[in-house]
Amino acid sequence: MKRGIGPLLGAALGCVVLAAALCPAPGQPVAPFEMEGPRTARNRIDTLVMEALRAHKIQPAHLCSDAVFLRRVYLDMIGTLPEPEETRRFLEDPRPDKRAALIDALFARPEFAGYWSLKWCDVLRVKAEFPINLWPNAVQVYHRWILEAIRDHKPYDRFVRELLTTSGSNYRNPPVNFYRAVQGQEPAAIAAAVALTFMGARVAQWPDDRRAGLEAFFTRVAFKTTAEWKEEIVYLDPAPAGPLAAVFPDGKAVIIPAGTDPRGVLADWLIRANNPWFARNIVNRIWSWLFGRGILHEPDDIRPDNPPTNPALLAFLEKELVAGKYDLRHVFRLILSSRTYQQSPIPRSDHPKAEALFAFYPVRRLDAEVLVDALCQICGSTEQYSSAIPEPFTFIPEANRTVELADGSITSKFLEMFGRPARDTGLESERSNQPTDEQRLHLLNSSHVQQKIERGSKLRRLFEGARGNRQRSVEAVYLAVLSRYPTAAEQAAVEQYFQGKGVNFRTGMHDLVWSLINTKEFLYRH
Amino acid sequence: MNGRHTTSGLTRREMMKRSLAGAAGLALLDPLALLAEARAAAPPARSVIQIWMWGGPSHLDTFDPKPAAGPDYCGPLDKVIPTNVDGIQINAELPRLAQQADKYTIIRSMTHGSNSHETAAYLVQTGHMPGRLVFPCVGAVVALLKGEEHGYRGLVPPYIVLTRPQGRFSEAGFLGPRYKPFATGGDPARTPFAVEGLVAPGITDARQRSRRGLLHELDSLGRALPNSAPLQKLDACEEKAYDMMFGDARKLFDLTQEKNEVRDRYGRSTFGQSCLVARRLVEHGVPYVTINYPGWDTHKQHFEIMRRKLPELDQGMATLLQDLADRDLLSSTIVWWSGEFGRGPKVQWEPPWNGGRSHYGQCFSAVVAGGGFKGGRVVGASDETGSRVAERPVHPADLLGSIYLRLGIDPDGPLPNPRGLDVKVMPAPKGGGGRLHEIM
Repeated sequence: MKRGIGPLLGAALGCVVLAAALCPAPGQPVAPFEMEGPRTARNRIDTLVMEALRAHKIQPAHLCSDAVFLRRVYLDMIGTLPEPEETRRFLEDPRPDKRAALIDALFARPEFAGYWSLKWCDVLRVKAEFPINLWPNAVQVYHRWILEAIRDHKPYDRFVRELLTTSGSNYRNPPVNFYRAVQGQEPAAIAAAVALTFMGARVAQWPDDRRAGLEAFFTRVAFKTTAEWKEEIVYLDPAPAGPLAAVFPDGKAVIIPAGTDPRGVLADWLIRANNPWFARNIVNRIWSWLFGRGILHEPDDIRPDNPPTNPALLAFLEKELVAGKYDLRHVFRLILSSRTYQQSPIPRSDHPKAEALFAFYPVRRLDAEVLVDALCQICGSTEQYSSAIPEPFTFIPEANRTVELADGSITSKFLEMFGRPARDTGLESERSNQPTDEQRLHLLNSSHVQQKIERGSKLRRLFEGARGNRQRSVEAVYLAVLSRYPTAAEQAAVEQYFQGKGVNFRTGMHDLVWSLINTKEFLYRH
Repeated sequence: MNGRHTTSGLTRREMMKRSLAGAAGLALLDPLALLAEARAAAPPARSVIQIWMWGGPSHLDTFDPKPAAGPDYCGPLDKVIPTNVDGIQINAELPRLAQQADKYTIIRSMTHGSNSHETAAYLVQTGHMPGRLVFPCVGAVVALLKGEEHGYRGLVPPYIVLTRPQGRFSEAGFLGPRYKPFATGGDPARTPFAVEGLVAPGITDARQRSRRGLLHELDSLGRALPNSAPLQKLDACEEKAYDMMFGDARKLFDLTQEKNEVRDRYGRSTFGQSCLVARRLVEHGVPYVTINYPGWDTHKQHFEIMRRKLPELDQGMATLLQDLADRDLLSSTIVWWSGEFGRGPKVQWEPPWNGGRSHYGQCFSAVVAGGGFKGGRVVGASDETGSRVAERPVHPADLLGSIYLRLGIDPDGPLPNPRGLDVKVMPAPKGGGGRLHEIM
């Protein structure tokens, strides 16, 4: 929506919101969340999604508004809210291709690598302490390595090969920590972690011989300590000199001659264009990270009796990953540019399969780390993180974003309450974005949130600078919290609140911020 | 420290051997019969108050004094005091608890062998050695098996921690965040006790209500998505949250409802007032309350800290036991007191400690009272310096298994878990001498 909208038009849009609540008219876009736009495919993803929707007679959602797209793509790509200035600029930008330009710009932001290293550290179980026990020094180097791999666009096949085949010190050769970030150092535990992480498969469901065949590749992985505090060397045990019999997960047996690293043999098998698990696992995960559910769901439960909801779509993305030389950005860009991704969160069909076939953008609560960062960003406050156990002590600079916390075992009541994963197993389901009563109490009524609102430096400056200009302040708060301008109906509601008994500029503005950060629109990706 | 680099006295291999021996021994007994026996003995307990001595309290300076061991072991705290039970003596620093000895049993032969905070805190509160699965601690298990799904209808969550979470280990383990404790935050020794989420200092109820109205006015996405299941779930949570804020839940934590004389009796310290809040909560039927009592990790200035803290412990815990008994709540409320380990019996006089005590998991004390556990007893014994278990070792799993039995929870029953594995609530005791049938 454009700035300076006339009061009449604004009021009309407000009515549309109310009308939609009563009966969602299929034709009308709902302001301020939707806009008119063609229901035609933008790329191959849309064609394949729409074919599936048509087959089930499911009506796809409208296109989301620019404001919704802006907020969504910031949260999904860099885990952060757009600054009010960025929002104004984007909303006023007349270029028809401004959404594509924004996607490109966000890839180049340093926060992109910061945010996606959070996801990868969940999958790779990066934490200092029990039951993973990487210890702080190794957590830092490992996190740094992951972050740099994302920042430098390391092709995914190389990323995996390095994780699987590196030997050496946990401090000096960061990817060896892959083998240390497992609950147990025995081949069975390592094989289970490898299958889960890179094949999206749970070996517990495999037949015994298949599982044993994979475990054989890791029977020569060994660990030893050094004179340095908590340094550990991951190496290949040279003692068993003879050839090694192993079986690939597809059932093909292999004899590995002495002197050859069995891990390399497995990596060669895994990273092939026609491996049925490798590309499927990662493109499906990316889809699930962006839509909250995989084309094949759960994304880390790939097995023959768990088929994808749209096989052609999944196959297309797999092919694109290989064609794009394993540059994950290529897959991201395809998805983010699609109309499917840019749909509104308001479904236009109550068909039970609408969600699984991606007929709308599903709302999901913000991740714990993203949520607390957003609160800090809006208010101008910081969080303190430190850890005295295990040694060496860890103190995180206050200006750092929470999404870039390397160590998943740093204690934080907020993060635990809001479902940060324990990083014990690497399962995607470890992260919980389900709302609880306790979370609700915290956001509605805790001193933690109240202090951010009352004492945050950014809000203080904003309100002092506004010198009592209510309308301007309301607009600024909307831009900061919801990344859009208020509708006329909302302006009127706020104005009415200010007429209430005992409400002054300061308390009224605090209550406005409090209200907005407690709306579903703030708390949910939408 | 962790499971891979065990430096404690009890190695993993020893643990394994002992657990096999324990299992074989126990196989002769029928757990169902035991459960039936325990039920016949007394009706099951309703609630648990866990006094968690975070950091590890010295057993010699509390419930297992060794005055004959000399100054290298006792330091200046070398006096004992008789209790109201013949033949039981405790450290003279705990005179009020001495008058409550008929209500509790002292276990002087606790052992697990780990000297690291994380492993030991996990061991004592889950009963398990660290391994592939991350087990829930006893409070989370009780929240599951005695919580809302099993008839609990309290105004507040079934598992409450005063005031900060124990942290450093996942309390709920594989049960998931739903069974994590509600940590109050705030300080009950202050007025108001600002329970995080329930009491927002400086915001009147009228303002709470009017701004809630504004929040609903501005909930544009909620109105556009009236049928969204996840958003409806958030609405349900909001209803529940406001019920807690404006309903009687807040009163449970409001200590101004108590007479000043009662508050004084508990001691005006954070610990003392936490004991009073705990009593109010179990009175209301909350199944599990942990008082997380930090400050016992006394590597340096040990005796100075003991002189300051022991009177606080003495007053709060003794008053709690007496008050529970006076209100006829002790028979239905288990109170257990323990840290993750004890402290080195031999005082470290040398620098840099200059009179400190180290971590000590080889032998330490725990106390258990109420809920059908007998009082006026001592279980097990340590040697003449408190360094080794002399008789009747008690592993954390023995103690926790006994607490489950008293709660009417079958320790050998299944514990549901998301991976569908065959997991028991608190399987056959490892390394110890079996559950505490002598005091049930």
